[in-house]
Amino acid sequence: MSNYRPPVSDLAFVLEHVVGYPDVARLPGFEHADLATVVELLEQCGDFMANVVAPTNQPGDVEGARRQPDGSVTTPASFKPAYRQYVDAGWGSVPFPEEFDGGGFPWSVGLAIQEMLASSNMAFALCPLLTQGAIDALLHHGDQAQKLRYLPKMISGEWTGTMNLTEPQAGSDVGALTTRAVPRADGTYAITGQKIYITYGEHDMADQIVHLVLARTPNAPAGTKGISCFIVPKFLVNDDGSLGEHNGVNCLSIEHKLGIHGAPTCVLSYEDATGYLIGEENLGMRIMFVMMNSARLSVGTQGLAIGERAYQQALDFAQERRQGLAIGATGVNSAIIDHPDVRRMLLTQKAYLAALRRLMLFNAVHMDRSTHDPDETGRARANEIVGLLTPICKSFGTDLGVELTSLALQVYGGMGYIEETGASQHYRDVRITPIYEGTNGIQAADLVGRKLGIRDGASVTEFLSTMREVEAELADAGDEFDSIRLELGRQFDTLETATQWMLRTGRADPNAVLSGSTPYLRMWGLCTGGWLLARSALAARGIDDAELAETQLVLARFYAEQLLPQSGGLFGAATAGSRDLFALDAAALSDSARLRQNAPLN
Amino acid sequence: MKIVVLVKQVPDTWGARRLNLDTGWLDRGGSEAVIDEIDERALEAALAYQDSNDAEVVALTMGPDSAKDMLRKSLAMGADSAVHILDSRLAGADLAWTARVIAAALTKLGYDLVIAGNESTDGRGGVLPALVAEHLGVPLASYLDSVAITADSIAGERSTELGTMSVRAPLPAVISVTERTAEARFPNFKGILRAKKKPVTVWSLDDLGADAAASPVRSVVLATSERPARSAGTQIVDDGTAGVELAEFLAARHLI
Repeated sequence: MSNYRPPVSDLAFVLEHVVGYPDVARLPGFEHADLATVVELLEQCGDFMANVVAPTNQPGDVEGARRQPDGSVTTPASFKPAYRQYVDAGWGSVPFPEEFDGGGFPWSVGLAIQEMLASSNMAFALCPLLTQGAIDALLHHGDQAQKLRYLPKMISGEWTGTMNLTEPQAGSDVGALTTRAVPRADGTYAITGQKIYITYGEHDMADQIVHLVLARTPNAPAGTKGISCFIVPKFLVNDDGSLGEHNGVNCLSIEHKLGIHGAPTCVLSYEDATGYLIGEENLGMRIMFVMMNSARLSVGTQGLAIGERAYQQALDFAQERRQGLAIGATGVNSAIIDHPDVRRMLLTQKAYLAALRRLMLFNAVHMDRSTHDPDETGRARANEIVGLLTPICKSFGTDLGVELTSLALQVYGGMGYIEETGASQHYRDVRITPIYEGTNGIQAADLVGRKLGIRDGASVTEFLSTMREVEAELADAGDEFDSIRLELGRQFDTLETATQWMLRTGRADPNAVLSGSTPYLRMWGLCTGGWLLARSALAARGIDDAELAETQLVLARFYAEQLLPQSGGLFGAATAGSRDLFALDAAALSDSARLRQNAPLN
Repeated sequence: MKIVVLVKQVPDTWGARRLNLDTGWLDRGGSEAVIDEIDERALEAALAYQDSNDAEVVALTMGPDSAKDMLRKSLAMGADSAVHILDSRLAGADLAWTARVIAAALTKLGYDLVIAGNESTDGRGGVLPALVAEHLGVPLASYLDSVAITADSIAGERSTELGTMSVRAPLPAVISVTERTAEARFPNFKGILRAKKKPVTVWSLDDLGADAAASPVRSVVLATSERPARSAGTQIVDDGTAGVELAEFLAARHLI
């Protein structure tokens, strides 16, 4: 038994009543994925994650991944058997096409599974997550022979996948990469170069690793337009599907990191390695963009997932730990959960986590609509919503992941700072999430630079109007919902004003828009979260479950009254422009009280 | 080979377990109902054999309507079909009657091997497999820590106070397994989906014949009462005579 309690009942409630999953299950191709089946799957999956994966989290952190002198990498001892069971249980295959032995379930169901997997052990979960990214790219751009060769084993999890983008000089600026791909007479390419930060680039959990590598062919255009994507398997695959000789890829070292110690982060060296082109030359960035929305949503979900695990442990601790006597209590001392400030920390975590889970699943449901809605305009609109919400999910989810794991640690007091309790591991593990898969700064730039301008601002304006429909429903719902309606209305007004400012300013002064992009994105996160919690409270009224209705009402009200008002407070920063950010040069930033030149020293 | 695994729905070991004081029966609303963990191991023993041999595995239970959820899990783990003995007349049936009914069902169903857990986590009787084997007139190998199944026999090891006993029996036979046997597998995702299409047969007492319906012996609950709250223990403070006091305390309770 681990201390992780899978939030299956909340997942089921959100899917059924808040984000409209039953409509997804009615889309052509998802007939087998009715809600009852999905809930049964999530229950069994949660049971598996809590019992098999969650117990590996803390030992995996202590033990860490190790590179051996021969260049192989061993993961923590508990990972390999747990991964074997994960593959046997088939949980990685759920959302992929049946054609390649997947389950053919909606992405939203896959995302719910990802939340539980990442809560159980994020370092472990990264292996299937990277595999999923590689599967996604192959599914959309691989040729049939490549799909048949690689996909069934990657979907089952027997083979894992990696994404090789970053090089020392090419981080956020992928276009600066220099790895070379030289065509050979047999149609393959010789890949040579060095890649860094390759998650699970080498490990002992599977027999084969399928690397997807971005590289440049001779005479390719400069920058992102000249990047191609290659399959470089660790072992060459024979015609009968068996594994042949070791390809020219080796792990030079693994990084010593702040967190996710169980997950090897590798420096990979490619020397004349055999690579197979995916699609055509120079399509590499387009291929990366295909999987970007889903990968970014998955990382946002990691913020939620680790926040949830940290919260559960903090909640347990707050009931056990006794300090001081609460107001009105008798006896020697009280459990710290009875002190108002501890309550505030716990409720803040619970409300934000509930908001995040709703936001992630709302986005995922629209991903499903964007691929499976029979109506073309329906698909297009869903795709716009996914485009708008993905940077918000990624940034807001991971920023809150950091803040909430910090708050969970705070509940422990001094014991949170001691590694033994496990609270600090979550704080360390989650810290990578605002950085990778496009830093949160990049996400904010994507929101204001690419997403707001869609259809000259009509896309975002329509979404704001859709959110505002909740105000009328809240007005009809009775006095209890008044404060939620008032505060949401106020914050929607401010968000609209900020959005108008962004749209107006964007073309003339892009630097001003970028300067306010991060606080502006945060306003979106706060408002969409409040909106979805309000919808939860409204939906819970209609179900014959007084306890659920009360919980959802309190969460929505607490969020609206006590967390959401921060959004308005960010308006100034979002719309201040770039003046002060650039008013001081680097020298002024380095020393604000320099000695005046030539001033006498005495 | 046809292997029938006896499975039982029990209250979750980790939840609160209560009796209904009016009936003396288990209060099923008290905690989540799950498949007994020991029965999962019994099922695992059957499935492990089926993994590499030709065998049909049937999960058999007797219990209220809610027991069908647990049968669903047995099917998801890999059982081919399930049989549910469901009859309101069986509510509160004692061990003797339960064994009679299960034996009747096994006779109707046909079997080469019956596998049960050594004792349920709620009733803890530990005699049901023996009673069933007696009714069926087949060998019983109980409390097995390991199980080796062949086409016409079973063998296994049983721990005793003095050592380990190797037992074997020809089939057909009834065996029961302990917590030392292999841990049960988790249902596989596709197995959960396949389980929805697997057959679950429901039999009432009438389906099992007059012999099962009419139990000659029956335990009857005359009275039930709450377990008394624990009283404060005796504290002995050592003022030099603690050893003597302790010995007297134990002697007074005939413990030494």
